[in-house]
Amino acid sequence: MGAKYFGAAVKRREDPRFLRGEARYVDDVKLSGMLHAAFLRSPHAHARIASINADAARAMPGVVRVFTFRDLERWMKPLPLFGAPPPGLAAAIRFEIRQAAQHALVRDRARYVGEIVAMVVADSRYRAEDAVDRIDVEWEPLTPVVDMRAAAQPASPLVHEDWGSNLAIGFTHGIGDVDRAFAAADVVMRETFLIQRYVGMPLEGRGVVAAWDRRDGSLTTWNSTQVSHFVQQGLTLALDLPPHKIRVIAPDLGGGFGTKASGYPEDTLVPIASVVLGRPVKWVEDRREHMMGAAHARHQIHEIELAARRDGTIVGLRDRIWLDLGAYNVWGVVLPYNTVAHLIGPHRIRNMRVDVQAVVTHKTPNAPYRGAGRPETVFAMDRAVDCLARQLGLDAADIRRKNYIRADEMPFDFGMPYRDGNPLVYDTGDFPAALEAALNAAGYAELRRDQKRLRDAGVYRGIGLSGYVEGTAIGPFEGVTVKVDLAGHVTVATGAVNSGQGHETSFAQVAADALGVPIDWVTVIGGDTAAVPFGVGTFASRSAVTAGSSIVDAAAQVKEKLVRAAASLLEAAPADVDIDDGQALVRGAPGSAIPLAKVVQASIPTFAKPGVASPDFEASAYHHVPTVTYASAVHLAHVEVDVGTGHVRLLRYVVAHDCGKVINPTIVEGQVHGGVAQGVGGALFEEMVYDDQGQLLTGTLMDYLVPTAAELPPIETVHLEYPSPRNPLGVKGLGEGGAISPPAAIANAIEDALSPFGVRIRETPVSPSRLLALIDSARSSP
Amino acid sequence: MKPPPFEYVDPRTVDDVVAALHQHGDDAKVLAGGQSLMPMLNMRLARPAVVIDINRVTELDHLEEENGVLRVGALARQRALERWAAGRVPLIAAALRLVGHVAIRNRGTVVGSLTHADPAAELPALFVCLDGVARVRGSAGVRDVRAADLFVGPLTTSLGSDELMIETRWPLPRAGAGWGFHEVARRHGDFALVGVLALVTLAAGRIHDVRISIFGAGPTPARARAAEQRLAGAAPGAALARDAAALAGEGLTPDADLHASAAYRKSVARTLTERALTDAFARVKEDRG
Amino acid sequence: MTRTIRVIVNGEMYERTVEVRTTLVDFLREDCDLTGTHVGCEHGVCGACTVLHDGQPVRACLLLAVQMDGERLATVEGLADGDTLHPIQQAFWDHHGLQCGFCTPGMLLTAKAFLEEHPNPTDDEIREAISGNLCRCTGYHFIVEAIRAVARALPSR
Repeated sequence: MGAKYFGAAVKRREDPRFLRGEARYVDDVKLSGMLHAAFLRSPHAHARIASINADAARAMPGVVRVFTFRDLERWMKPLPLFGAPPPGLAAAIRFEIRQAAQHALVRDRARYVGEIVAMVVADSRYRAEDAVDRIDVEWEPLTPVVDMRAAAQPASPLVHEDWGSNLAIGFTHGIGDVDRAFAAADVVMRETFLIQRYVGMPLEGRGVVAAWDRRDGSLTTWNSTQVSHFVQQGLTLALDLPPHKIRVIAPDLGGGFGTKASGYPEDTLVPIASVVLGRPVKWVEDRREHMMGAAHARHQIHEIELAARRDGTIVGLRDRIWLDLGAYNVWGVVLPYNTVAHLIGPHRIRNMRVDVQAVVTHKTPNAPYRGAGRPETVFAMDRAVDCLARQLGLDAADIRRKNYIRADEMPFDFGMPYRDGNPLVYDTGDFPAALEAALNAAGYAELRRDQKRLRDAGVYRGIGLSGYVEGTAIGPFEGVTVKVDLAGHVTVATGAVNSGQGHETSFAQVAADALGVPIDWVTVIGGDTAAVPFGVGTFASRSAVTAGSSIVDAAAQVKEKLVRAAASLLEAAPADVDIDDGQALVRGAPGSAIPLAKVVQASIPTFAKPGVASPDFEASAYHHVPTVTYASAVHLAHVEVDVGTGHVRLLRYVVAHDCGKVINPTIVEGQVHGGVAQGVGGALFEEMVYDDQGQLLTGTLMDYLVPTAAELPPIETVHLEYPSPRNPLGVKGLGEGGAISPPAAIANAIEDALSPFGVRIRETPVSPSRLLALIDSARSSP
Repeated sequence: MKPPPFEYVDPRTVDDVVAALHQHGDDAKVLAGGQSLMPMLNMRLARPAVVIDINRVTELDHLEEENGVLRVGALARQRALERWAAGRVPLIAAALRLVGHVAIRNRGTVVGSLTHADPAAELPALFVCLDGVARVRGSAGVRDVRAADLFVGPLTTSLGSDELMIETRWPLPRAGAGWGFHEVARRHGDFALVGVLALVTLAAGRIHDVRISIFGAGPTPARARAAEQRLAGAAPGAALARDAAALAGEGLTPDADLHASAAYRKSVARTLTERALTDAFARVKEDRG
Repeated sequence: MTRTIRVIVNGEMYERTVEVRTTLVDFLREDCDLTGTHVGCEHGVCGACTVLHDGQPVRACLLLAVQMDGERLATVEGLADGDTLHPIQQAFWDHHGLQCGFCTPGMLLTAKAFLEEHPNPTDDEIREAISGNLCRCTGYHFIVEAIRAVARALPSR
């Protein structure tokens, strides 16, 4: 395969339409006769509906219909659930699992603020909202349970009564002999860490446009989703239609981050409305709806213990973990097990036990968001390592040097499964090298010297480290269809969905190399279920690996067909024919070159003769990806703390990362930057806050604090490259990585800055108010 | 998040605005900059029957200095004040720079911010610092309201429902006045968790006139009177700044909210007062005029 | 209640009859078919709806369309000159200053207005200038690079 484009910083081909304001996001889809939907959402975290009266709403100007559960009862099937353990995982671990299906509309009991009670369809969004205001609901409030540890208690109010408990996922797991390790240790470090509830918050909210065509019984829906094929599958069940009658198109997405990779009631409700009313219906989420209706994330407590020798070698690890899943366990074992699988990270720890309880509470349901359990688990681990280092009087870099798995120990088998049920074996990477690279790029020794000097002058700066190993590109496949047209130009259709990571460029690079055509001849189409029969979608840093591998496979098949046809036309043996730069030629005879268009055209049967070959120049591929491939990184944060106000300034942020071979280095850097920015948000600013009645207090962007350009420093990236042996391109996923380590690195840096005071950071976000209280408390204790 | 239905009027004269206010009373809301009202309309937290848009009342759109007093009409944009103050009155320029973001300041009005009376906003605190005077018109006529009497509670001024602030007068700091301004916010441009403005003049090496205005630490911005009294007539110095700051913190009764505790605001008000005074002392020049 | 208004957008006159409660951003998107201006929050925080009014950035979600009767606006659609991108658009392209593109129109217009008044900004000044435009994808790193690059390239005043 030629490698003209692979590895090149090709400028993004999709950019002109975005720069001109001519992209097509879901709200830009306008259809003739289109109506607009708005939803009445529960204002209570836990309440029964005694009655609903929509008469006044129905009479409002412009209102076409108002739907409650009763009105759509025959359509109301349980919404899809995910996250059942695959066979390999279920064989190794006994999971206690409870999942209750949600219905698209509340039947009689709302379980979180924001759960949908009714749908209004009107001739404008303005008038639909007017009608929502006039729906009269008589609520009987019930006692909510909001705190995750309270939810785990026996006397707690229940979110799903027939469970008899709020435990959605429970399991324990161990490797090695943790009790013996702890008994033999010189020191044990024990601490509890709380990672707050925070979220993806894409700048574009969700949205659905659905158009039912009664003439041929087909539904077309545009959905701002990362998982068109999942949505299609959900609709086949909900609408009782065969898949080929349902077309789900992901338009341009204004961000996704996992928030748009979950299943939602609106995915189903809007199409149902279109079918019932016989007209296209649009719903575009507003920010307030998004805060309460789009999936939440993170929110874990770790009671972690490290057993170690005096020289800093960690010999054992115990972690008691709680997760708060919100009201519905939509994602099964995904978040809890991701958390466990990524806890040990780059450290050489052979004795571990975890005890996991994921509970439901009366809050918005959680779904995986950029990192999906990894940021939380890395926070617990890296904070614990730093606390251990402090306890032993060791430098944060030194303790990691001592414990990081070395390159010569790879592949490293943990003796436990990954979430896909296959053995968790780190394939390639060099964690100590990443550590040194981060330290060197930051000028660690100089930062330490400056730290001391500045401390004497009353300026408190700190350095914090965090390292992760990330199982990327969960399988089992991604669908790709490659087709060549009459002009010899190529479409690459994939189930992967672009939400800003540049698929139209990076996938074109791979395809152009694989086929031997100029990149300008390649058009990438993502997320259209009509273009690719089977697909999965983009999340879990999977698309470069899964779609990339399928592109390689499908393009190889197409190339072979082209070569055979060209060979026939050129009267040569296929083994002697090459395709390069869009031309077919006999190797060594450049004068023989003919454009691919000619090869295609010559294959079309005419009255006079059959074509030189069948003009079937297309192929679909579903490269099997049974397990993940391991990316890794070390992050370094340099902060300054104002001890009079608790304000933290992020001075520098360094990332030394390995994502295997790189298709497009600029796109890779952009992904790292974006992930880091979200991680910084989690470290210092972002939190979804509920009161004890389950009311969402952070209801707008005034209170949910997304970092601005003024809060972030330039992000310094060092690239390491340890190719993956697990796919033909040698790539590893990287979409999530940047978001994994910042909370740990920044919290470590803050604690380091304040080490003269003895402050311990146990939770994020590290707000000025929380930090000043810690500083004052440390100052006043003996 | 679309506004609920309302009637819309856009009068051309102050008389017409006052008449409309008198006619509709509490059923009406005045739309000036819109940076506070529009979010409330979009979220349906405000449901006025009538919106009175004053943006076409050209007689309200002025900003000019007259004998050391800056007259800022009701339609003068925050950005206009920011531009005027650059190079002229650094305290005002510094405070304006932290009012939201440029796009907000291009539409938001100075008087609108005073009328909205957010306890964590810079402009009401600045108005209180400079002992500004608001000229108010209602159906009963015209009256002047001193800054000290204008802000009565969170988001509440002493204006009646048929009254409009038509102009504000800002006595400008004397030449040579030392100034200080410190604020803590979660992010750049956010409302302050707590902030302090300080102004100091000297006569014969002693503090002659001193203003300390604290915002975000109580229901309204407030002058730290006890601290000001401690400072008057004293010689500037670090210990003095510390003492005065302690006095300033003592009188405060801040609220807690999502972003900061009451204890935080009280403690940081004191810290920022010390910093603002330190800066003001460093900047002050003897007033020989 | 409705009004007929005439708004000049990118030099072209749009005469429409609108409900008085229609926000400017909805007017642009629905009544003028200019969908480049985006709705991100409808409470003035995110900046995705930023347009230029008399060359100054404003939040289109916090304006009523009727307020712009007789006024001149510039949206992202007016930046390019036919096939030729505006230097700011070109710089964002050259420096990977966008990923999902949702914040981009607002970011471009804010940057344009800023550079017209501050032709020689420091990076800190650039960051402050765009702090009213949220981006969830880029971490702002390449956006700042793009703006710095175009500042250097534009003729100095």
